[in-house]
Amino acid sequence: MPSMKVHVRFPEEKIKEPVIYQIGHEFKVVTNVRRADVRETTGWMDLELTGESAEIERAIAGLRKKGVIVDPIELDVVEG
Amino acid sequence: MTKMKALVCRECGKEYPTKAIHVCEMCFGPLEVKYNYEEIKKNISRKKIQDGPLSIWRYADLLPVEGPTFLGPHAGMTPLVRAKNLGAYLGLDELYIKNDTVNHPTLSFKDRVVAVAITRARELGFETIACASTGNLANSVAAHAAAAGMRAYVFIPGDLEAAKVLGNLIYKPNVVEVEGNYDDVNRLCSEIAGEYAWAFVNINVRPYYAEGSKTLAYETVEQLGWRTPDQVVIPMASGSLLTKIWKGLHEMKTLGLVDDVRTRINGAQAEGCSPISTAFKAGRDFFKPVKPKTIAKSLAIGNPADGYYALKATAESKGSMDMVSDGEVVEGIKLLAQTEGIFAETAGGVTIGVLQKLVKQGTIKKGDVTVAYITGNGLKTQEAVIDAVGKPHRIQPSLASFEKTFKMGKNGGGDA
Repeated sequence: MPSMKVHVRFPEEKIKEPVIYQIGHEFKVVTNVRRADVRETTGWMDLELTGESAEIERAIAGLRKKGVIVDPIELDVVEG
Repeated sequence: MTKMKALVCRECGKEYPTKAIHVCEMCFGPLEVKYNYEEIKKNISRKKIQDGPLSIWRYADLLPVEGPTFLGPHAGMTPLVRAKNLGAYLGLDELYIKNDTVNHPTLSFKDRVVAVAITRARELGFETIACASTGNLANSVAAHAAAAGMRAYVFIPGDLEAAKVLGNLIYKPNVVEVEGNYDDVNRLCSEIAGEYAWAFVNINVRPYYAEGSKTLAYETVEQLGWRTPDQVVIPMASGSLLTKIWKGLHEMKTLGLVDDVRTRINGAQAEGCSPISTAFKAGRDFFKPVKPKTIAKSLAIGNPADGYYALKATAESKGSMDMVSDGEVVEGIKLLAQTEGIFAETAGGVTIGVLQKLVKQGTIKKGDVTVAYITGNGLKTQEAVIDAVGKPHRIQPSLASFEKTFKMGKNGGGDA
């Protein structure tokens, strides 16, 4: 089963929302948090999404729609 | 036993074989090379290094390659310039410029990291090398691949300036212009790296690639007569260069090549893209990603992979960080050119601008042995200074016109 590793950032106003729980219910993907740092004003998670490729794409779009920022696990790879 | 022990997770410490992998399967933390220093120590000395080739490969014992064949044979050993004029201007007794504007073959420090990456890629059996870049990295990958006879893919954003695209096309790699914004290119490259058996220099071979930056520390120490500097000023994009110079200095001590490391590490960014410096000045151990808007495009990484580690290294060294405006970047480029005859790209203007600030603040003191890292050549970013350098004096083709313009005295030497 395909999987994808992503780095998810939560703006301050989204920190209290159960975004990862919701994504696991709205899409056929397994969410697996491997590392995270969530504080009062900021938060991030390194997350693995497992499922059909198209469903992973939809789940990522769903995460973005909920106002969180989704980046590759490597962060910025386009260098100067 | 080989000099490379393993790849190790920088977060949880889990070890992996020295293959083309970059993320810890346990915690998704980044991997870096772990060395067998006891073994290396038996085999290294100042003399051995000094007798080695005039390139980064004189430090091959400390680089993550097996050898004995090294690609990119001329990278490194760039001049460490005693900057007396700039030092006097700034009020520093002993200032040096580590001049990577003349690195071989593509005039930036990226030739160091790419030489290491492509050598390791070939050792690991790759036939194709790739990168995602808006400038220096792409040039270096394309040139090294051409010389090594390897297939290359260079991914660039669709809106890159024509001159920069040309700088890649001349080496005939597969230049792939991706329609979409920076984030789209970024995500695509991450996906492609996972899909194909390529050596993507700044993704799956990044643990090896990044180690090439350590050679800037080694060369500085050797060129200073086996001394570590008191202060260094380093431009930051991903933050990797800063962390590797810190690592390189400490390796010199671990191996008994220097007695002590008292160096304070100082990081430099442009105001329009300063997530790491901003975090440092706010006293935070984490950075907030930004959308870059600066003329210092080679440093325009808004979500830097090594930002956290750069903050940590700077704090450990009791160093500092700062940022400068685009106007100060241009002034920094001009100042370096007009005092030392070195034409740096915009990242160099950032370094000189921040150096100047740190001296003014008293962070860097008069007697400190200071090294500023100039990482790329000004001929690549001429557009940044085109409106700031004045114009030629236009004269008629006659002696009279020349003398009228320059108000020559009997012995010449007049100014316009």
